[in-house]
Amino acid sequence: MGFSKDQLLSQLQELEIDYSKYEHPPVLTVEEQAKYVSSSEGALSKNLFFKDKKHRYYIISAMVDTKVDMKVLSQRLGLGKGGIRMAPEEALAELLQVSLGCVTPFAVVNESARDVSLLLDQKFKNQTRCIFHPLSNNVSISLSTSGLDKFLQSVGRDPVYVDLEANPVVGKDQPPDLAVYVPFNSVVIPELPNNTPSAQASPPKNVSAEKTKPVASPKPSKSPGNVKSVVQNSGLSVFKNPEKFVEEILDKTSELLFSEVKGENVEALAETLRKRLTSEFTHLAVMYKNTAYSEGFYAGTQCQPKRP
Amino acid sequence: MEVDKKEETASDSSEQVVNPWEVSAKDGGKIDYDKLIDQFGCQRLDESLIDRVHRLTSRQPHVFLRRGVFFAHRDFNEVLDEYERGDKFYLYTGRGPSSEALHLGHLIPFMFTKYLQEAFKVPLVIQLTDDEKCMWKNLSVEESQRLARENAKDIIACGFDVTKTFIFSDFDYVGGAFYKNMVKVAKCVTLNKAMGIFGFSGEDHIGKLSFPPVQAVPSFPSSFPHLFPGNDKLRCLIPCAIDQDPYFRMTRDVAPRLGYSKPALIESSFFPALQAKNGKMSASDPNSAIYVTDTAKDIKNKINRYAFSGGQDSIEKHREIGANLEVDIPVKYLSFFLEDDTELEHIKKEYGEGRMLTGEVKKRLTEVLTEMVERHRMARAAVTDEMVDAFMAVRPLPTMFE
Repeated sequence: MGFSKDQLLSQLQELEIDYSKYEHPPVLTVEEQAKYVSSSEGALSKNLFFKDKKHRYYIISAMVDTKVDMKVLSQRLGLGKGGIRMAPEEALAELLQVSLGCVTPFAVVNESARDVSLLLDQKFKNQTRCIFHPLSNNVSISLSTSGLDKFLQSVGRDPVYVDLEANPVVGKDQPPDLAVYVPFNSVVIPELPNNTPSAQASPPKNVSAEKTKPVASPKPSKSPGNVKSVVQNSGLSVFKNPEKFVEEILDKTSELLFSEVKGENVEALAETLRKRLTSEFTHLAVMYKNTAYSEGFYAGTQCQPKRP
Repeated sequence: MEVDKKEETASDSSEQVVNPWEVSAKDGGKIDYDKLIDQFGCQRLDESLIDRVHRLTSRQPHVFLRRGVFFAHRDFNEVLDEYERGDKFYLYTGRGPSSEALHLGHLIPFMFTKYLQEAFKVPLVIQLTDDEKCMWKNLSVEESQRLARENAKDIIACGFDVTKTFIFSDFDYVGGAFYKNMVKVAKCVTLNKAMGIFGFSGEDHIGKLSFPPVQAVPSFPSSFPHLFPGNDKLRCLIPCAIDQDPYFRMTRDVAPRLGYSKPALIESSFFPALQAKNGKMSASDPNSAIYVTDTAKDIKNKINRYAFSGGQDSIEKHREIGANLEVDIPVKYLSFFLEDDTELEHIKKEYGEGRMLTGEVKKRLTEVLTEMVERHRMARAAVTDEMVDAFMAVRPLPTMFE
């Protein structure tokens, strides 16, 4: 798998980055984490993992009370109003190589995350220390932003701090201010076992210089041998594959929801809708497909041969 | 490594009996699955295999895997190895259409197989053993064929993809390449061996004796030349209840001698009867089971009146000691059908420590089952005879691995 917590911590030590470590039972939410790590040790962070429609991924790491408006963020990235949503669980495992509840800026240490954009809350800079999970959710570490920056630079990343609460106008004469942080490459999460994640070979935009990466992450266990081409006409597969079909419907629904409904809880609502409805809708889509096929099949049996 | 053990005869009730025609626990107690795995010689499905499935399919493993409903296997790890290398497999499962009334226990292998089909993107063949039921249950040929088609509708309602699924009934399909394989298999199994594996005796009619090859050969891709032409090495994975193991032990024994790959198996435990006694839910006792035709009212009544409770006799005693989760049927059923792991854990904790009462658990179960049965009924209503014909047509499935 990817970088382990211990590998990360020893890397920090090697770079002489000062940090404090807190061990606790595994926690899945900030509320739980707060029970074990007091705010006197540093500012807790909330870490969100998003994806856009073109399969590009983003980690947003913010202060707990910073309001992260997905609609605004999406516009500032130049993706329109409903352009981003929470990334699915598989992406967490595939790209960040961490478990649920463990999104963290440190995940970019993994090769698999090289095309994931990392945006950090500007407000972190006002804190003496900030708290993150070091790739495992039964440990938290606190360190200064300069420590975090040093680490990020050591893996070839330019630390990017952004005012996450700003809501600048985006229009014809005011280009989206965060568009420059949209990853250059999109990432296909493998559906067949023998796909390799990244699409292109060119380096991502937000790597400044070629730095030697620390311990190479282990080669993915899936071999590229006898690859069946998965790059199908994506338009066609939406109508052939019930699951893709449902994803398309829910994407459009979320988009509309984001553009029509105001308020903090829209993202949570969109996610709940998606989670609860996906299986129901897929079942319906399969029945629809079966019905259509059967009608066609029957028509085929009644088909008159072509006149000579 | 296959060991051909002599099955205990049905009259020996001091030992548990598990074979395709009878399932009963020792002295009316619980089925000992560890002993069964030991006796049959199959493997336990452990966490590492489940994690592997999670990684290979990029989705959460099915609730039946997470909760240990499908708990045993043969060669599943090999199938996963090959899948990882890009070598796919196909699924084979079946039903003996002995009655029109399907209960939840019958749906379990189909629900799981549907998940396997979606998660691994592989094709599926479903065998309806109308000939078997005609012989064993003494049904007429016409009746067993009719039941097969009726059951096919319930199976289709579970949500199988017609572009990746071939359903066939023995009376319709046996012949050609399928029959050739049957004869090849039959030549490899002596009468004595068949009697040893299946418990046949001199009193049984010869139809029964000649049946096992019918259930064996769908494991071989060459039995379906319209589906897998030239793909003789394609591996087969069989999800089934563990009482079917004898058929496939025989098949695995014979396969190498025919130059075929051994089918892999993934096996489930039995869905307990509502009243908890006996080994498994039985279609012959209507109150032992929840049927897919039950109304919401029926379900509520059956659960309230017949579901064996592990709660204590009085509320005071219950709050003091908590429920006996080992024998409680509602909790057992929830562990099969309640998707949310956290909620299940919560219920087990609260109920086991006496804070939640039997009534609440039964109420939640009723909700879950009603929703499931309702969804099934709606899907079933959408299955037309044309759709059954389409699923059962001998046709190629060009997109079966997509």
